[in-house]
Amino acid sequence: MMSFLQVQDLAKRYGGTTVFERVNFTMERGEFVCIIGHSGCGKTTILNILAGLDRATEGAVVMDNREVAGPSLERGVVFQGHALMPWLSAMNNIAFAVRSRWPDWNRIQVQTHCQKFIDLVGLTGAEHKKPAMLSGGMKQRVGIARAFAIQPKMLLLDEPFGALDALTRGTIQDELLRICEATNQTVFMITHDVDEAILLADRILLMSNGPGACLAEAVINPLAKPRDRHSIHHDAQYYGVRNHIVDFLVNRSKRYQSGELRSARSPSAKIVNLR
Amino acid sequence: MNGRAQSLVAGLLSLLFLGVFLGIWHLATVPKKQAEAPVDEYSKLLGKGAKKSEGFPTLSQIGEAAFTQLKDPLYDRGANDKGIGIQLGWSLMRVGAGYALAILFAVPLGFLIGMSPVLYKALNPFIQLLKPISPLAWMPLALYTIKDSSISGIFVIFICSVWPMLINTAFGVASVRRDWLNVARTLEATPWRKAFEVILPAAAPTILTGMRISIGIAWLVIVAAEMLVGGTGIGYFVWNEWNNLNLTNVIFAILVIGVVGMVLDFLIGRLQAAVTYVE
Ligand SMILES: Nc1ncnc2c1ncn2[C@@H]1O[C@H](COP(=O)(O)OP(=O)(O)OP(=O)(O)O)[C@@H](O)[C@H]1O
Ligand SMILES: [Mg+2]
Repeated sequence: MMSFLQVQDLAKRYGGTTVFERVNFTMERGEFVCIIGHSGCGKTTILNILAGLDRATEGAVVMDNREVAGPSLERGVVFQGHALMPWLSAMNNIAFAVRSRWPDWNRIQVQTHCQKFIDLVGLTGAEHKKPAMLSGGMKQRVGIARAFAIQPKMLLLDEPFGALDALTRGTIQDELLRICEATNQTVFMITHDVDEAILLADRILLMSNGPGACLAEAVINPLAKPRDRHSIHHDAQYYGVRNHIVDFLVNRSKRYQSGELRSARSPSAKIVNLR
Repeated sequence: MNGRAQSLVAGLLSLLFLGVFLGIWHLATVPKKQAEAPVDEYSKLLGKGAKKSEGFPTLSQIGEAAFTQLKDPLYDRGANDKGIGIQLGWSLMRVGAGYALAILFAVPLGFLIGMSPVLYKALNPFIQLLKPISPLAWMPLALYTIKDSSISGIFVIFICSVWPMLINTAFGVASVRRDWLNVARTLEATPWRKAFEVILPAAAPTILTGMRISIGIAWLVIVAAEMLVGGTGIGYFVWNEWNNLNLTNVIFAILVIGVVGMVLDFLIGRLQAAVTYVE
């Protein structure tokens, strides 16, 4: 059977410069995949191509047996800069999405549905505030609620917790894990935070440095689900996988770029199983 | 100093300035005791000796004029003698009509220009060329083609209001954040919803800035335009009173023009505040 998501030989070039090439991976339904790489290697570009907001120079993306040709309600996006509309309240930002998904719902139906997701991300009581009156963490949660509320087949998250302090980040990570487990959501997420990736992801994709980046390794998370933020670092396998990823970012990402570590003909990432 | 104390002091200072200004005016215009000059035929002919032209009007004369004008603002005694209310009404009607036409034209066109970089580039030279032309320069052309002074006035208001609105609308629409457009795209919002629920509210503060500049210019221009074509309106009123050598009424009219301009700006300002958002 075909995988839920197939990314085939993706490449993005601007004129003569190649941002990335030979990007191949698949995702199964309900899988949580994180992608890590240095700034500028093309993570956002890949996410935008998956979302249908950007076009690849080469290659194709197939989701649920259909090629991704443009943006669609089947893929919910949480943007790097939350992208809430500042003239709408938290509730109406979510309602905008809900009315797009179900155009013939009446006001009450829209309202009830939005409230459910506001409660889900713990924003009860703040639904009528404008984004400017919300903290960074609350804004990000509205963004997440907006993406969840349209019940997409797949969720695309671009560094959703990048701007948050450690405490808020922890709370929202827990919420995200809870929601994803409850709804068996398929998630593709960009992050710079190794610990976050180990906590959330079933598989962690490592990208080599750009320009000319590629998908170097696909690390299968050896830690069993459910993972708990408070006890995860007591797991015997935790430091093994953490060191592997940090070592990639510090050393190997450059050597992949120079071609030292991946043969030019190798079509896909090296699968790393530390179990 | 906190905010309230500051505005209190500022308010008191404003009153003080007003007092000083009125005091100087009063001292400068207070009637001098002078030998009653014989009123000869010649000075009568020039209007001298008539009560209204004894030098610069005093404060009490202005007050008197204001009182008589405001007591019966809507009287109409023929073409050259109408109440200030009627004249203001004419001016506001012309400004309103020209301004409304400018909105109907500039906002949709600005929207299109803002959405299409090609159109933006193609039309920009024309806009830049037409924008600095004094609206009054169009007057002869308008009078020739339209052959109606009142409608020519409306046209002049239209032409002077249209540029700030057009430029601001195009700029506002063109600089809507990509993120918001991408949100609309990923949600498959219809073009209609994208235009009215994303681009319009996003660009509204910039559009209103253009509209605010326009109303200011329109109110400046209407006075000059009405002086030029005559007939009715506050500009014509000023010109007519000047021809009557009635400086008192001229000064009163100037005050009224200032107040109305302030109110118009205040109204658009309120509208602007209502659509402005904090990012
Ligand atoms: N229009 C463009 N022309 C040329 N190069 C571009 C253009 N847009 C993006 N790039 C390049 O594409 C590369 C990838 O950008 P992208 O935003 O995907 O990086 P990223 O991995 O998300 O980085 P970050 O972690 O900082 O968000 C960057 O190096 C950038 O210079
Ligand atoms: Mg990025």
